[in-house]
Amino acid sequence: MDNYWQSIEEYGKDPKELDRKAEFTEENHPLAEMFDKSIINAPASRRNFLKMFGFSIATATVVSSCKNSVNKAIPYLIKPEEITPGKATFYASSYMDSSDYCSILVKTREGRPIKIEGNTLSSITKGGTSAKTQASVLSLYDTERLQNPIAKGTEKSWNEIDKDIIKELNKISSDKGNIVLLTSSIYSPSTKKVIEQFRKKHNSLKVVNYDPVSASAIILANKNTFNKALIPSYYFNKAAVIVSFGADFLGTWISPIEFTRQYVQNRKLTNGEKTMSRHIHFETGMSLTGSNADKRIPIKPSDEGIILANLYNELTKITGAESFSTPESPVNIKEIANELLNNKTKSLVVSGSNNLSNQILVNAINNLLGSYGNTIDLNTPFLIKQAIDSDFNSLVQSMNEGSIDALLIYNANPVYNSFISSSFITGLEKVPLKISFASTLDETASLCDYVCPDNHYLESWNDAEPKKGFYSLMQPTIANLFNTRQFQESILTWAGNTTKYHDFIQSVWEAELFPKQEMPLFRNFWNKSLQDGIFEVQPVKASQPEFIDSFTKPAIDKLASNQNEAGFEISFYEKVSIGNGNQANNPWLQEMPDPISKIVWDNYANISPKQAKELNLKNGDVININHTIQLPIFIQPGQAYQTLSVAYGYGRTKTGKVGNKVGENVFPLPTIKEGCIQNTLLNVAVSAIGFNHPLAMTQTHHSMEGRKIVRESTLEKYLEDPKSGNEYHFEIEEESTSLYKNHPTEGHHWGMVVDLNSCIGCGNCVIACQAENNVPVVGKEEAMKNREMQWIRIDRYYNGDPENPETVFQPVMCQHCDNAPCENVCPTAATNHSSEGLNQMIYNRCVGTKYCANNCPYKVRRFNWFDYTNADAIPANTHDVAGMTVDLKRMVLNPDVTVRAKGVMEKCSMCVQRIQEKKLDAKIEGRPLKDLEIQTACMQSCPSNAIIFGDMNDKKSEVSRLMHNERNYHLLEELHVLPSVGYLTKIRNKKA
Amino acid sequence: MYVSPIREPLIKGEKSYQTITDEISAPIAGKPGPLWYAGITFSTLALLVGLYAMGHTVWNGIGTWGANRTINWGWGITNFVWWVGIGHAGTFISAILLLFRQKWRTSINRAAEAMTIFAVICAALFPVLHLGRPWLAFFMAPYPSTRELWINFNSPLIWDVFAISTYFTVSLLFWYIGLIPDLGTIRDRVTSKGKKAFYKFMSFGWTGSAKHWQRHESISLILAGLAAPLVLSVHSIVSMDFATSLIPGWHTTIFPPYFVSGAIFSGFAMVLTLMIITRRTLNLQQYITVNHIESMNKIIIATGSIVGVAYITELFMSWYSGNIYEQYTFLNRATGPYWWAYWIMMTCNVISPQLLWFKKLRRNLTFTFILSIFINIGMWFERFVIVVTSLHRDFLPSSWSMYYPSITEVGIFIGTFGIFFTLFLLFIRFFPVIAISEVKSVLKSSSEKFIKK
Repeated sequence: MDNYWQSIEEYGKDPKELDRKAEFTEENHPLAEMFDKSIINAPASRRNFLKMFGFSIATATVVSSCKNSVNKAIPYLIKPEEITPGKATFYASSYMDSSDYCSILVKTREGRPIKIEGNTLSSITKGGTSAKTQASVLSLYDTERLQNPIAKGTEKSWNEIDKDIIKELNKISSDKGNIVLLTSSIYSPSTKKVIEQFRKKHNSLKVVNYDPVSASAIILANKNTFNKALIPSYYFNKAAVIVSFGADFLGTWISPIEFTRQYVQNRKLTNGEKTMSRHIHFETGMSLTGSNADKRIPIKPSDEGIILANLYNELTKITGAESFSTPESPVNIKEIANELLNNKTKSLVVSGSNNLSNQILVNAINNLLGSYGNTIDLNTPFLIKQAIDSDFNSLVQSMNEGSIDALLIYNANPVYNSFISSSFITGLEKVPLKISFASTLDETASLCDYVCPDNHYLESWNDAEPKKGFYSLMQPTIANLFNTRQFQESILTWAGNTTKYHDFIQSVWEAELFPKQEMPLFRNFWNKSLQDGIFEVQPVKASQPEFIDSFTKPAIDKLASNQNEAGFEISFYEKVSIGNGNQANNPWLQEMPDPISKIVWDNYANISPKQAKELNLKNGDVININHTIQLPIFIQPGQAYQTLSVAYGYGRTKTGKVGNKVGENVFPLPTIKEGCIQNTLLNVAVSAIGFNHPLAMTQTHHSMEGRKIVRESTLEKYLEDPKSGNEYHFEIEEESTSLYKNHPTEGHHWGMVVDLNSCIGCGNCVIACQAENNVPVVGKEEAMKNREMQWIRIDRYYNGDPENPETVFQPVMCQHCDNAPCENVCPTAATNHSSEGLNQMIYNRCVGTKYCANNCPYKVRRFNWFDYTNADAIPANTHDVAGMTVDLKRMVLNPDVTVRAKGVMEKCSMCVQRIQEKKLDAKIEGRPLKDLEIQTACMQSCPSNAIIFGDMNDKKSEVSRLMHNERNYHLLEELHVLPSVGYLTKIRNKKA
Repeated sequence: MYVSPIREPLIKGEKSYQTITDEISAPIAGKPGPLWYAGITFSTLALLVGLYAMGHTVWNGIGTWGANRTINWGWGITNFVWWVGIGHAGTFISAILLLFRQKWRTSINRAAEAMTIFAVICAALFPVLHLGRPWLAFFMAPYPSTRELWINFNSPLIWDVFAISTYFTVSLLFWYIGLIPDLGTIRDRVTSKGKKAFYKFMSFGWTGSAKHWQRHESISLILAGLAAPLVLSVHSIVSMDFATSLIPGWHTTIFPPYFVSGAIFSGFAMVLTLMIITRRTLNLQQYITVNHIESMNKIIIATGSIVGVAYITELFMSWYSGNIYEQYTFLNRATGPYWWAYWIMMTCNVISPQLLWFKKLRRNLTFTFILSIFINIGMWFERFVIVVTSLHRDFLPSSWSMYYPSITEVGIFIGTFGIFFTLFLLFIRFFPVIAISEVKSVLKSSSEKFIKK
């Protein structure tokens, strides 16, 4: 007989060996376990027949009488090529929300985007993200989004609306009327081309850039001093000394994700580095950046110019250049000047001020320090934040004069966030054709004739060039949820161009970018760029433009003439979470504790402790500012005396259920000077009105009470002895002993190390975790009762003088103790230890005694006090303030993570679903897990790489290496709960 | 019969067996007065408030209470421990005082035991209600589950389940067994058909035969033997809910004896509160004499002093331990935001009972009544201090917070008073408040004058 073989494994083998039938012998029969031989081999007698008959009937009865729940799983009729149920697909894209930019990977499950991750290929953001980026995926599912285009208050089809708009636009053009596109800075090369297309048809089109919080002064200062109107690149990683005047470059200034990466690069000490940058920060309110500085000096906003002028003079005194007479500096800057000059070409001075003279002086100082070409690069400018505030001013003027015939508003909401909102509104009434592209019926869109809702960025094609030569692509990750259309397609349609925007981008890239690289085929270039999400052109080395000196003296003179009047001064700032208020309807961001104040769901006037005492005010007391606006105060340590700081981005009225009427809108308060909105207000009258508006704070006690919680040292001491500041750890290690044997830890033993020197406390991980782990939103009322649900929190402690304290941050998540105190007190064993060292929660088994949470020394356990998620069986008891349980918003839920019901304890699982996923991948591929292959959500999103997760049993892993670092310690290690999370001491670059 | 001249008689007045039966069963035979009706109306209302609050809690979630991420137990567990503590006097009186042959217990043991049972019922509500998912409370029972799930015997909460349920069962049985002869007596006295049937059923066919008495005596002895260690074990185990944790202020080895003496302290205070009212309203002054009150006051001063010593020991140990967290906790108790709770506790539990060293005050009914209320309040605050102030500022200052009870929690607490008093009022209406047969047993030896019929 021929040897037929069925598979290659069988080829050549003896057919007898194969014994194909063996699987189906009676011994191997699946029922063999149930029936022994005597039954199987029993003769088919009447008795045996009746036995089997009875047994079968009884079994069938029992089985069928138990009601099984009916689960409807509808399979794909035709499986989409890229979708495997249960497997995530990632798409590289770009997050663009006006001038916020981040290169990202979008995680989609079964066709739904559910999570944003950083794209490590981008040399701008390098895999980092911001809280706003992380939260943007929820904005996709915002119930407030317009579902159809609107013409004069009624929903219309795109065809109808296009016909009307084209007719009106054509009429305006033929009448030689003025068409203006009011937009946030456009840094998409293709969109710029789209607008050109439109201009071909309507050549009166004027584009007015509008950024609510702009960088006008920087652009104008560079225009003056270098004859180049641009924002240069900054390299914080190349700076040994950084002096910042109110530039919150880690939080909100220009490109914070990029700057964070650069900044921490120079401050990490985990690889035997011996140096660290020194960061000196002048500012009014306590900002995220200021709280990280080695030396922080609180100043009044009006003093900034004087200090800059004095610093300039001090530098010229040493370098021998010409100095000018200035008023005396309120702070001593001699030492700072020396430090800067000692690090010539390795120093960087930045200012967040939007005052032209200040920025000119900053340029002059940087010029003296030789920063240009070293820490600042004028040849690779940023293309975001291009708006000049005065342009908008003149637009409003023209509108009021009635000379604007059509106004197209894209990505801008001036009714809400302009400082001349009221005259904009009156001007708007005089514009015959007003078209908005807003995706919700916001403050501005609701006053427009036509609203042509733009897609969400996760539904869109686009490209971006946030920085010259750094290109990035955006691709849709889901089909349009609603009947919306991309802005670019609308414009193309109205320009009479029928090309799809996707094809349009391709043609732009083929014409402009394809020649800049070496790949021979455009298709390959396009596919690679799309897959990578980015395309970067190596910048050509060029000399920096010449500095023009003539503006320095007038700038100093201008400052000198400004009489510094006594009285309150307000400095306005953007919050890390809410920013300019674009995403105010995003409950994750509203509930994100402010990195500094730890307040959620509000803005407030920060006031210094000394001042509050003088005015006899306590937290939440409402004050009247200039009799125009009422705000609760918050006593903020480190706030400059006689100043207030108030955040923009609040007090929205038409953003939706979540963001409406949260806080107060302070955009109308500032004034414009030399074409730039001064984000300050001087000579403010403040009076208490005897009313208290309680603020919801997730942390109410700010001192470590002398406990060794965050351990720190100075660079000097650290270089002498790396153990410095961490002596207690070694003391404990020495004395640590136990009556019990250590738990065996074979296989993996997961652990995490948090580098407190890298952590800047931005809170991005909080939102990343919330998105990854389906953490519910609880609302202000619940937050006031200290019932926030976030699994990871950033503890912030102050140390020293309340008028200017030192700040430390410490991310705290479940410490996964090997001697976990929560585990032994649970009566139902609902929380227990995995063989891989994880402390795990079995939600089904939890009855909610909450003993575990009481007994947790870190207080990281979170309890579902109410039915926040609508996962409860009891009807009509849902506690959902943010509308998170509607079907649309539930699309953001991560299907790998259980949605917890009322009455159940939950906490950080160290992203066990991610661990499991990567373990399975490795198993399928038949290889051991690689170090750093598993990235928890917090680690993945961290812009400063402060969190490292890995296997502590793998001696070569990064986490093992860091666990043995002299700086490593465990939180509350004296309790001998044996946490799996380590912290590396914080090192400050300051004199002891 | 010789009566010791030094000892006051336990039963005053001229009594025969007949008068005792008549007087004690009078409330059952007669119609209740307006005071009783007022009481039952009031307590039923409170009960309804409680029921509403409980329904609200179960339906909407434990978030209706004031607890938060830092203080996960608030009034719920405070009330639980307080009620369990109150439930200690009854069994102490009937079991331990029986073993010590304290004859004066016969006049108060029945009511005290009833009070114990009602208090334990109130207490047992809280551990169930404070659960996130109370309908799954059975998860805490070791039953053979098809999913092969088992409970965690390491958890003190499991010990609690056993301790409380055992205590409740034994107390209930002991009380009921003691009631049987008296129920037989009442059965023979009531006339209406319904009542007769009720008492007939309840008295288990008691005939008073020698065999019945012999069995009754032996089961009583067995149950007393079982109950006596339970008195000590229940609150010891409740205290381990705290002592086995690592929270400073909870993690204390002194807790078991401290809790037991505290429990007896508060239990006697509650017995006094109730007895002083009951003897007046039911005209039982001759059975529950000032002498009884004084005896109870003596126990109060003994246990109260133990509690005081325990408080001071705790303070000393926190300093002596050198543990900064523990030192801070105790400093914070006395001077932190909840200082008032600590000082209410100190004043009511340590200072005020010391006044009982004066014999005059010991025998003063008004004073005793007020003091008993003080002690009840003080002991409630003791539990509040232990539960809330220890938790609200523990290890990491970042998580420190404050606790404010919600209206729902207050409602449930009021509701438990409703349950307690409703049951107690029904008890005095349908059952003999004083153990008739037991009082009769001391009549010959310890009464003022015994009339032989």
